[in-house]
Amino acid sequence: MDIREYCRPKSIEEAYELLCSEGAAIIGGGAFLNLGDRQLSKAVDIGDLDLSFIKEDESRVEIGAASTLRDIELNDITRQAFEGVLSKTAASIMGVQLRNVATLGGTIYGKYGFSDMITTLLALNAQVELYKAGAMSLESYLNREHEKDIILKVSIEKEVTKVFYEGVRKTGTDFSMLNAAAAMVDGEFRLCIGSRPGRAKLAKGAMNFLNGIDSAKGSAGIAAILASEELTFGTDARASDTYRKELCKTLVRHCVTEVLE
Amino acid sequence: MNISFRINGTNKNVDIKPGELLYDVLKSIGISSVKKACETSSCGVCTVLLDGRPIASCSYLAAKAHGHEITTIEGVSREAEILGSLMNSEGAIQCGFCTPGFMLTVIAMKRELQNPDEQAIKNYLVSNLCRCSGYEGQLRAVKLYMEVPQ
Repeated sequence: MDIREYCRPKSIEEAYELLCSEGAAIIGGGAFLNLGDRQLSKAVDIGDLDLSFIKEDESRVEIGAASTLRDIELNDITRQAFEGVLSKTAASIMGVQLRNVATLGGTIYGKYGFSDMITTLLALNAQVELYKAGAMSLESYLNREHEKDIILKVSIEKEVTKVFYEGVRKTGTDFSMLNAAAAMVDGEFRLCIGSRPGRAKLAKGAMNFLNGIDSAKGSAGIAAILASEELTFGTDARASDTYRKELCKTLVRHCVTEVLE
Repeated sequence: MNISFRINGTNKNVDIKPGELLYDVLKSIGISSVKKACETSSCGVCTVLLDGRPIASCSYLAAKAHGHEITTIEGVSREAEILGSLMNSEGAIQCGFCTPGFMLTVIAMKRELQNPDEQAIKNYLVSNLCRCSGYEGQLRAVKLYMEVPQ
């Protein structure tokens, strides 16, 4: 990466001002710098802005944008809340060397298709708080046009009664070929599929079906077919679109069954 | 730009380019044990400890290391000697290319985990690849090392 100037602002305001200059970008953990060949006039390191925290109150869990995946994996709050799914999802991602560097904010800001955390957070109906744009659902953030901003934190309401995440990868250090997460949030079923290899998406047809039925019997299989039909899948070095579509049925069936039980 | 950090217990000031990776800076100051291979944080040969935590130096901006403590295998010679002896006796070393990164990760694991089982050991070491040994000898050596009193 070609960087002309490296800045370590001491306040969010200063960081945003630096970010707004031409060719500037935020540096989170920097874990995926080698994936691109970018040229930056300013790299704005937000490591000094006290955005590394995990806390909870009666109604929600909040995770600072600079918290590393390893922090999320090991923290007592994320190990306990939501059946430990945030910790388990983080632990499944590559190796400890990467998880000590990659941050939650960096993962979300990049809107990476291969992200496992985004899949789980979408299923949990997480909210993202940005410095300029304010708070919005993660789904809205992922769908909006890219605008320069700084992610401050992610919060998740404690309305989740059941949640399950599963990803499939060829080796422990590879990205998922496909991942899925299902959750019961405030009485509503949420189902998300990621690494398609495009960005994670909610399977809304399958969700509507699951939210409209009285009996759970056989519903996981139907939801699996609906999800595999409504979402699009692509081909890359990890898997073909056909393989992903079939894998989607299996993952959805597992996730839905776990949540319904 | 100028950064300062502690490397193996010694304070160091270095002039770097803002986009330089920690791996390249360590090489430039004479640290020869750290290797580079995959450049995607997958293989573990570039592992160093940053404030005691293993990271991939091939994917870490040197500028971010400012004010931190970096440890390479040269900085943990006593632990490395014990672990190296066990790896030798268990036939866990062949070409040696992955060994410094592997040993640093094992040393960090021993400091961090209490009595890890085999699966926990494998999970911790998933990102330290070895293309010679087949891992069986390494696993035996690591299990023995975890029983050595701190």
